[in-house]
Amino acid sequence: MSQVNRLATGGRIDRSQPLNFSFNGQSYQGFVGDTLAAALLANGVDIVGRSFKYSRPRGIVAAGSEEPNAVLQIGSTEAAQIPNVRATQQALYAGLVASSTNGWPSVNTDLMGILGKVGGKVMPPGFYYKTFMYPQNLWLTYEKYIRKAAGLGRAPKAADPDSYDYMNQHCDVLIVGGGAAGLAAALVAGRSGARVILADEQEEFGGSLLSTRETLDGKPASEWVTKVLAELASMPEVTLLPRATVHGYHDHNFLTIHQRLTDHLGEIAPMGMLRQRMHRVRAKCVVLATGAHERPLVYANNDVPGNMLADAVSTYVRRYGVAPGKQLVLSTNNDYAYRVVLDWLDAGLQVVAVADARSNPRGSWVEEARKRGVRILTGSAVVEAAGSKRVTAARICAIDVQNHKVTSPGEVLDCDLIVSSGGYSPVVHLASHLGGKPTWREDILAFVPGDGLQKRFCAGAVNGVFGLADALANGVEAGVSAAVEAGYKAVSASVPQVVVHLEEPTQALFQVPHDKPTARAPKQFVDLQNDVTAAGIELATREGFESVEHVKRYTALGFGTDQGKLGNINGLAIAARSLGISIAQMGTTMFRPNYTPVTFGAVAGRHCGELFEAKRYTAMQSWHLQNGAEFEDVGQWKRPWYFPKAGEDLHGAVARECLAVRNAVGILDASTLGKIDIQGPDAREFLNRVYSNAWTKLDVGKARYGLMCKEDGMVFDDGVTACLADNHFLMTTTTGGAARVMEWLEIYHQTEWPELKVYFTSVTDHWATMTLSGPNSRKLLAEVTDIDLDKDAFPFMTWKEGQVGGVPARVFRISFTGELSYEVNVQADYALGVWEKIIEAGKKHGLTPYGTETMHVLRAEKGFIIVGQDTDGSVTPDDLNMGWCVGRTKPFSWIGWRGMNREDCTREERKQLVGLKPIDPSKVLPEGAQLVRDPKQPIPMDMVGHVTSSYASAALKHSIAMALVKGGLKRIGERVFAPLVDGSVIEAEIVSSVFYDPKGDRQNV
Amino acid sequence: MSNSINVYQQRPAAAHAESPLFHAELDQLVGKGPAKAGVTLREKKLLGHLTLRGDAKDSAFAGAVHQALGLELPSALMLVAAGETSLQWLGPDEWLLVVPSGTEFAVEQKLRAALDGQHISIVNVSGGQTLLELSGPKVRDVLMKSSSYDVHPSNFPVGKAVGTVFAKSQLVIRHTGEDTWELVVRRSFADYVWLWLQDASAEFGLAIKA
Amino acid sequence: MLHIFCPHCGELRSEEEFHAKGQAHIPRPLDPAACTDAEWGDYLFFRDNPRGIHHELWVHAAGCRQYFNATRHTVTYEILETYKIGEKPSVTAAGGAAKQAIDQGVTA
Repeated sequence: MSQVNRLATGGRIDRSQPLNFSFNGQSYQGFVGDTLAAALLANGVDIVGRSFKYSRPRGIVAAGSEEPNAVLQIGSTEAAQIPNVRATQQALYAGLVASSTNGWPSVNTDLMGILGKVGGKVMPPGFYYKTFMYPQNLWLTYEKYIRKAAGLGRAPKAADPDSYDYMNQHCDVLIVGGGAAGLAAALVAGRSGARVILADEQEEFGGSLLSTRETLDGKPASEWVTKVLAELASMPEVTLLPRATVHGYHDHNFLTIHQRLTDHLGEIAPMGMLRQRMHRVRAKCVVLATGAHERPLVYANNDVPGNMLADAVSTYVRRYGVAPGKQLVLSTNNDYAYRVVLDWLDAGLQVVAVADARSNPRGSWVEEARKRGVRILTGSAVVEAAGSKRVTAARICAIDVQNHKVTSPGEVLDCDLIVSSGGYSPVVHLASHLGGKPTWREDILAFVPGDGLQKRFCAGAVNGVFGLADALANGVEAGVSAAVEAGYKAVSASVPQVVVHLEEPTQALFQVPHDKPTARAPKQFVDLQNDVTAAGIELATREGFESVEHVKRYTALGFGTDQGKLGNINGLAIAARSLGISIAQMGTTMFRPNYTPVTFGAVAGRHCGELFEAKRYTAMQSWHLQNGAEFEDVGQWKRPWYFPKAGEDLHGAVARECLAVRNAVGILDASTLGKIDIQGPDAREFLNRVYSNAWTKLDVGKARYGLMCKEDGMVFDDGVTACLADNHFLMTTTTGGAARVMEWLEIYHQTEWPELKVYFTSVTDHWATMTLSGPNSRKLLAEVTDIDLDKDAFPFMTWKEGQVGGVPARVFRISFTGELSYEVNVQADYALGVWEKIIEAGKKHGLTPYGTETMHVLRAEKGFIIVGQDTDGSVTPDDLNMGWCVGRTKPFSWIGWRGMNREDCTREERKQLVGLKPIDPSKVLPEGAQLVRDPKQPIPMDMVGHVTSSYASAALKHSIAMALVKGGLKRIGERVFAPLVDGSVIEAEIVSSVFYDPKGDRQNV
Repeated sequence: MSNSINVYQQRPAAAHAESPLFHAELDQLVGKGPAKAGVTLREKKLLGHLTLRGDAKDSAFAGAVHQALGLELPSALMLVAAGETSLQWLGPDEWLLVVPSGTEFAVEQKLRAALDGQHISIVNVSGGQTLLELSGPKVRDVLMKSSSYDVHPSNFPVGKAVGTVFAKSQLVIRHTGEDTWELVVRRSFADYVWLWLQDASAEFGLAIKA
Repeated sequence: MLHIFCPHCGELRSEEEFHAKGQAHIPRPLDPAACTDAEWGDYLFFRDNPRGIHHELWVHAAGCRQYFNATRHTVTYEILETYKIGEKPSVTAAGGAAKQAIDQGVTA
């Protein structure tokens, strides 16, 4: 089939560049400049899909983003699949592969029609509402069936080969829409010197000017468009964004734009180019020039392919050189629609008749049509279309609009195209994203944007200004106002000359009456995408749904990707009539972002793959990589988890590493611990207030462990803080808590105690920290340092300064393993060299690098807590059996003290941290396992606690665990049971949480 | 100077140093980018970085800083520089002082002497951060991809410096010349920022300068 | 995304640079020990949830690291003012300034 509907001349297409494409497996040809919809129509493709609920054949209705039916799946390969593409917005490219998303197995057979009839019964209006009121499992049954039938498209199963990114934009004036009003606004705003962004969703700027029969300054309007674009392009502060849909209007004039950079070039972006870009725009002022969508009239069988919008047909004829039929019937209530008649005649095609709901239309275009011999039936409308897969005739009757009645039997006219126009609906979507309620204007029968708090102006058709001359003037006015609002001087601009037409008012007509009552007449569709009929809306109101939002949810009117572009106003009008109220009283539903669908690729931008999130590394990372470390995520950090040798798994490696530390010496990269430098005469007082224990007597040269609590008395961080000098401390925090603790210190300093003279500075990244731990650590360290390591000269919980590996270092003698340990801190730039020197010197001492898993086991053997693992925000120091760390006599009521003295924090049966020793030493309790006293009791069992940490201990040769158990400290020696999901039960004895070296001899040697 | 603060020379006289981006082996990449690069990157590595805290409203503080450094204490979002030394506002009581590599200990002592008796803080953070200099006609585009801060010269003139969000990390952007910008990057985030910059500048061409 | 004026940096910044820290002007009791459990519970856990004017504590986390207060309208999300710690709000639910500011559509 060649392009049967392509006109011999005309259109903005390049006939010298044919493009091959396929639709539902059939090959077709179109031209450069076509949209997919234009090319399908040119090839005489009537049916593009099956409807959502009734499975009725559907064809293309519109030419822009309001298209409800031609929502297709694009892509020839799995990776290139894109669902929900509107054929009217997709530029044709060579090799494009498209298919219907709905209409299995074939859009041209009636197989689904049977199901469709069933579907009509199974899915009455209110389906969603009613289904959700039934038990959930019923929904599961329906869902399969609906998903299969519904036009939801499908996501690709293979990775997207394309790249997407973000661009953060700032401008004085963002103009949304590049039609007549938008271009005029951009021109004056640009001339004022303001930073301007002009975004338009179409392939070319110009909007209706690209297809209108009206002239500007006596020349085709497209010539003015070209001239304006050239001037805008020459302005350095003006950014033109074609193929860019402003899809969300967010708080404080933040708008998001989805720009399709290469979607028109092929299904995969050319080498080195991005597919799409998300512009995140902060605008001082916004001009909405989003235009209007023509409203169809609602009549019987108005969904049969061959029923289209009047404007859309003009666009196909004039912009794409496509005539989607031969014999046209127009049904209208306004003057503007007559332009399609004139365009159709100009193309040499037959106009069968015009049905005008008005009794005596006399506007300029009406008269011109009359003069050219068009038959005009006044006071009439198309009440019903005939045909199943394509329109074959239209029945036109005289109607009484006031009483919603058909007043003549009418006549049936053969035709293959019925175009309708019920007036214009301003595209108020963006204006209402932030809650600005659109207001109904009876004079133009349309909702226009309501007031908004954001600094914005509306111009042109969105403002209810439909005439071309007025729209241009309105655009200039909005552009000037916006520039002035943004702080620029007003610049005047002349508006091109438009031939003035006599335009008469539109007749209020939404649903065309039928001989039969709505419920019994053939289906009259209001929302084609969601298969909502006039009868469905009447049913909703009969069932008591009177609020517009309820009607919407009951019927699905304007749901999903459609967002009520075509059907909303007609639906409201029908509901209002059923309820006997005015449209203004009915009001409209609100619109949500996104205006049209946005791909996940554009949402993700570059934040995927390697760049999905920030990864933080220590100065020793290259060594860890070279030495085969497996890594664990701790916050954003990548920490060595364990260092497996050939053939070793996690457990083998950890057992080996643990024993190495217990019996020889190990080295751990502890650089990720948060480190905060604290200076000032009140530093010590500040520590007293934020730590649970006392700091008054900590001498210079010493270090102390501390717990931090929130005001409620619950532990939220811990660490060792050293006194570097009288007014100088170095605090360490947990790896994950570093930023949180810093903000914590600052909030108290800035908001509660600004009088305290103290400053906090993060030095986490400045210092690299390596921990040497194990009985051989002293011997090893002695080989690389000039510090006197004698146990009396450098005792436990003190620090020294000196050289380590030829680099100035601070060495802290503190221990998280219970072994003799030294934490060596050097400026991170020199850490790798120091680390390598220690590794070299350590060879003869059995030095073994170990990771976080071994660290966890070793500390658990000692009963040392990990905040966030053994605590969960509901655990006090006393619950942890760490009452020794609570300064009960400190003079200042430090953070947490009052909270932990609440009645609930002192009751006896609180969960307390204890050790658990499984009776079977080979069984390792799962972390998180719930504990009970009697595993044979009926479910639900009385749970008495849960496991927080659990490991196989190589040093102890049995498994160990830590657990929070109700009243646990009084129950040492008792048994608890962990019933597991697989039905087995692990029995354990409650013991002290210090399993290894309870007296602490090993760390004090 | 009082001994209430522990200050010592943290940089060794002679030892091999690895800057936060040493593993990227930028030296090996010099001259290997496109001939006409839109973006040129240089790590200004191993400089002395000191965080200075004090009371900006106290003229004695500003005076002593000026006396020690020869630089006026910059006000909000400003960066002042003389030769290889720059002083940047980070917050109402916080500044970043960047000095030639190895001079940070002497500078700190000089500052402490000048500020003796005042409640101040000086912290050596040289090992914790690095400067990435970006130059070329497309740097602004790369910054626009990365940060929601407005980098248009009308909002971000030369001599301004702001702390902001950059991709999924945070850093300081400094505008040091018409087409020249610096990023103050924390060591642990340096690799992420480097990966991000390679990706963001790929379409403009990225070159590396020693 | 909100646009928030940082009173220390002296300019508008994107919301992503900030962290919200809850209701403002809730001073820590000077003598917690003197508080009854009910009073302490009020301080710890109970916050206003007004429809309209709300004073909030924010921190410019990615910028100058300073805490400050903001008066925000919880319906429109307009930020009517920001002010430094220790300062008093000029727009309050009780005062006429609030209504005026909202009517004028003041956007910080």
